[in-house]
Amino acid sequence: MADSPSNPARRRFLTGAATAVGAVGVGFAAVPFLSSFQPSAKAQAAGAPVDVNAGNLAPGQMTTVAWRGKPVYVVHRTDRMLETLSEVTDQLRDPDSAVETQQPAFATNQYRAREQDQRFLVIVGLCTHLGCAPTYRPEVAPEDLGEDWKGGFFCPCHGSKFDLSGRVYKGVPAPTNLEVPQYTYVSEQVIRVGGTEEEDA
Amino acid sequence: MIKSLGKWVDDRLPVSHFWNAHLAKYYVPHNFNFWYYFGSLLLIVFVLQIVTGIWLTMSYKPSAENAFASVEYIMRDVEWGWLIRYLHSTGASFFFIAVYLHIFRGMMYGSYKKPRELIWIFGVLILLVLMAEAFMGYLLPWGQMSYWGAQVIISLFTSIPVIGPDLAQWIRGDYVVSDATLNRFFALHVIALPLVLLFLIGGHIMALHEVGSNNPDGVDIKENKDQSGKPVDGIPFHPYYTVKDLFGLGVFMFIFAVVLFYWPDGGGLFLEHPNFTPADPLKTPEHIAPVWYFAPHYAILRAVPDKFLGVVAMTVAILILFVLPWIDRNRTRSIRYRSKAFKVNLFAFAAAFIGLGYLGTQPPTPLGTLSSQLLSAVYFGFFIALFFISRRERTKPVPERLQ
Repeated sequence: MADSPSNPARRRFLTGAATAVGAVGVGFAAVPFLSSFQPSAKAQAAGAPVDVNAGNLAPGQMTTVAWRGKPVYVVHRTDRMLETLSEVTDQLRDPDSAVETQQPAFATNQYRAREQDQRFLVIVGLCTHLGCAPTYRPEVAPEDLGEDWKGGFFCPCHGSKFDLSGRVYKGVPAPTNLEVPQYTYVSEQVIRVGGTEEEDA
Repeated sequence: MIKSLGKWVDDRLPVSHFWNAHLAKYYVPHNFNFWYYFGSLLLIVFVLQIVTGIWLTMSYKPSAENAFASVEYIMRDVEWGWLIRYLHSTGASFFFIAVYLHIFRGMMYGSYKKPRELIWIFGVLILLVLMAEAFMGYLLPWGQMSYWGAQVIISLFTSIPVIGPDLAQWIRGDYVVSDATLNRFFALHVIALPLVLLFLIGGHIMALHEVGSNNPDGVDIKENKDQSGKPVDGIPFHPYYTVKDLFGLGVFMFIFAVVLFYWPDGGGLFLEHPNFTPADPLKTPEHIAPVWYFAPHYAILRAVPDKFLGVVAMTVAILILFVLPWIDRNRTRSIRYRSKAFKVNLFAFAAAFIGLGYLGTQPPTPLGTLSSQLLSAVYFGFFIALFFISRRERTKPVPERLQ
């Protein structure tokens, strides 16, 4: 190769063009490598619905089932528990469930439950802060949570608090209410977690 | 015969050139003190982690179903498996002890200053990759703390506006931390990140040997050379510092062995107690704490009441180190010749770092949060104060030669 090309501008253009085309090629070649990090087809398919027999729950009791690998809490709330929901409204960040991503449309009421049976609460048991599983704390005014505690969920990781509808309190790290998954009643007391909206009709 | 074989190789490969350039004729200031052990120690701990890591992969199974049991298998059934596993887990903690002391050394003696900015930047990159390496390694035993620690840290990414949730899912490769996450973390922990570390350490040392070492006096020894061009205050690294570092290594190994044999879980700091229970995706342990070396950053995260801003504060707490060479505007390197304000500021920073480390391992309480906020302010305040202190700082005169 000559030390100085006879036409430096043309040489620069060719070098630049070759580099640009090469960079585009590298960009395309990176796609499969980056995309392979996405959830696999198998992981995407593993979202089968789960049935819970809520009739087995005594009033005030909670059970946990795994759905898509996540813990889902099903709580049978007592009448007294349901009454507390309107008592805490002014302490909540989003009492009316305005953040749409956190529940299906049917759960924007204060019970965050289907009208069919508002005693049963179905929520994904992962804190909206950093994904720990909050503990169910139904007792009133326990020592560690203070006198004003009317029952709810407490996240041990960073101290986020939620009421008995999974609605987040003000002044805690969690930004939004706990997520209510899509669910339906397949019979009087059997709840199907997951499934689709169409089955609703 | 051996000599001629050596010559035969040397004519074809620059062995003796390398030996001279980096050891036998590499001149280093003669006044290195205790703080200068950690560089070579880190290199040795790195090798230890690589070797024990390779041996662990021979018996470890990277799947959600088998991982926990395979670690127990290593601990109970594999010949000397317990030793190799404890060497690796204790080695990780000692890696960070040495890294933090090594960084503090650099801050005391101004080793990040011109012309060593690039060495410092390589160093901060090594710290970042090392943190990723340690985090991914901690998932592999698939205990309760592995699982929920990873869940919390990956969830940090969800706070990034717009792309956050998709990014977290991309990292996990699933909707929750799962087998896919474990398997990819294994690949990154065992192959990808160690290779990156190797290159970064190479860059760190090459940049160092280009400009030469700083020293506790912060005096540039290359300013004073004799007729043959050797620095008068310099001594060859080999044999002087190879021997000194071997002595340091002996003391280090003694302490390491005491922890390894009598205290391998570090009282719950090196190996946390909940991690002796297999991962349960439905139940979070009562109290989640990071391993001690992430605790200061975790305390900063918790100190901020807003999710996204907490993540930003934690990230900035590490990234701000990159610009330290430009925050400190004073040319005097060593703490020995700097003002009292600088000394107070630096030791307040170190104390805040340790205090945050303690708070990060404790359950959240109102008092703890308040203390974390205060100490976070001291942590970030160090950099702000340094920027102004260093502007017109009254320093003592720096001597021409080493003292």
